Amino acid sequence: MRQTRPALLLIAPSIIFMAALFLWPLIAGVTQAFHGPDGPTTQYVRRMADDPYFWEALRNTALLIVVLIPLQFALAIVMALLMRERPRFAGLHFYIWVVPLAISDLAAGLVWLSIFTDRGYLNSVLDGLGIPTYSWLSFEHPQTMFLAVVVAELWRATSLVFVIVIAGLQGVPRDYDEAASVFGATYWQRVRHVILPQLRPSLQVALILRTILALEAFAVAQALTGRNFPLLVGETYQWYYQLQNPNVATAIALVVLALSIVAAVGYLRLMRP
Amino acid sequence: MAGVTVTNLVKTYPSGNRRATDDISLDVADGEFLVLVGPSGCGKTTLLRMVAGLETPDGGTVTIGGRDVTRLPARERGLSMVFQSYAIFPHLKVRQNIGFGLTMQKVPKPEWNTRVERAAELLDLTDYLDRHPAQLSGGQRQRVAVARAIAVDADVLLMDEPLSNLDALLRLQFRAELKKIVARLGTTTLYVTHDQAEAMSLGDRVAVMRDGRIAQIGAPMDVYDRPGERFVGGFLGAPPMNFFTATVHQGSLVVDDQSVPAPASLASWNDKKILAGIRAENITITQGQAQEGVEAEVEVAEPTGSAILLTVRWAGGELKVQTGPGLRVAPGDRLRLELPAAALRFYDPETGLVLA
Repeated sequence: MRQTRPALLLIAPSIIFMAALFLWPLIAGVTQAFHGPDGPTTQYVRRMADDPYFWEALRNTALLIVVLIPLQFALAIVMALLMRERPRFAGLHFYIWVVPLAISDLAAGLVWLSIFTDRGYLNSVLDGLGIPTYSWLSFEHPQTMFLAVVVAELWRATSLVFVIVIAGLQGVPRDYDEAASVFGATYWQRVRHVILPQLRPSLQVALILRTILALEAFAVAQALTGRNFPLLVGETYQWYYQLQNPNVATAIALVVLALSIVAAVGYLRLMRP
Repeated sequence: MAGVTVTNLVKTYPSGNRRATDDISLDVADGEFLVLVGPSGCGKTTLLRMVAGLETPDGGTVTIGGRDVTRLPARERGLSMVFQSYAIFPHLKVRQNIGFGLTMQKVPKPEWNTRVERAAELLDLTDYLDRHPAQLSGGQRQRVAVARAIAVDADVLLMDEPLSNLDALLRLQFRAELKKIVARLGTTTLYVTHDQAEAMSLGDRVAVMRDGRIAQIGAPMDVYDRPGERFVGGFLGAPPMNFFTATVHQGSLVVDDQSVPAPASLASWNDKKILAGIRAENITITQGQAQEGVEAEVEVAEPTGSAILLTVRWAGGELKVQTGPGLRVAPGDRLRLELPAAALRFYDPETGLVLA
């Protein structure tokens, strides 16, 4: 027990840090969402639930996660496996694939907007080829609107998964590959029986990170579609700035927090060795 | 079962400026245990990896069981291998590790089980089948690697310094066990090591390699007793062979004022310098007033338990002499040494090659 005091001293900075930047805002948030001028209340939560945009945002966010994440992981793993074969100009490929990581998501959204918008690059190319143009981002075409958001997010956020998978792959000794191939494994068998199981910890980290970040997706969709394709965090923004109602905004933010926690715990349990 | 034939194998690594293997040809008979031994960088591992299909030769062919496999990937060569790092898969239990090759070949479950259990039994791993490699000691991991290699019943077994990560005692124990197991299986085996004692004790034949070439190949005792070149004599054996320069003169080897009888076969080298070699255990010590032999002075005496290793100085330089444990000598003692003509080997002082 002699050790308690120095131990406390040592972890004090991180306790203070966590309390100031996480615990206090959390308490403040919960208070804001459940406490009205006349004491505890559920009116903000009810107001949130009565808003049709909320349910659409929830559905869109879920849809985005379900479609986006498997695609991103498939792409990132394939890209990382390609890099593992040490292609020519591997360094250059790596930089190109990692560039999106350095670009802010709003900027990325604007770039893709310039491609998909009615008089954007895509339609110019189509027009030049004599193919009729299309209003990709019109609210009348929810499918292509969704597609545009998926493509933009895929471009923007796959590199994060890619970087994590690359780091994980570097921890897999080449001996394992060689042993597996001597013992008769095809490339696919090597990936399935040797490489992927070794990557499990990295994939787990990437999956948690990506899911949480996808729950928070906002700027790209906002830039491309405005409120035509509402997402949860976009709604928080709407309620806070457009509708000037921080209480409902906080309630939605708490929903995002709850979903993030459920996702993280779920992955950790699911992928336990 | 199958033999392995390597013909004119050449390999240069992109980063290196000399050949890792320089036009090597080698024949391993069906069921033979051949050891490739040499100092690091001599190309032994490169040669093994080319046989395995893990490295592509620049030229030459590899034939296994009469089938040219030079262009085939490792998995189609019907081999198994033990790696220096063991390379057993940490995410698989011992059972799955041993059965890995069988899983890849899609061997039916009942047969899979019997073969895994047989291999485990052969290596005393039966009690550890349901553990993960992280829960095993280094020696046990080594056993798993060997069990995995023999479970597949391959035609050819390749081993790349499999014992080098074990401590000395374990290495000695496992060496004998490995020899027994491989002899029982009768698999053609190619074994790479830098340890000359390991090479001598394991191989039906030993190939001593240097600078990408095979310096000498033969039965261990032949290579030990009759090194084909100075390098081989100096590499095999502990202590290595003694060498000294002498002048042949009228049926004698003359070193300074000392002389040793020379065999008649050296007649053509009369009045020329040659390099003579002799093993430490072939030198006999004659103490007392005897007049035969050469004079020497003891510099170091090292008892090794079963013998005494002496470092002595004589006219020809330094000699290592191995003698029985009964001898009482101290540094500074003067001895007479007998260098029997039958035990002497003669080399060209310029090329280091043995004189026919």
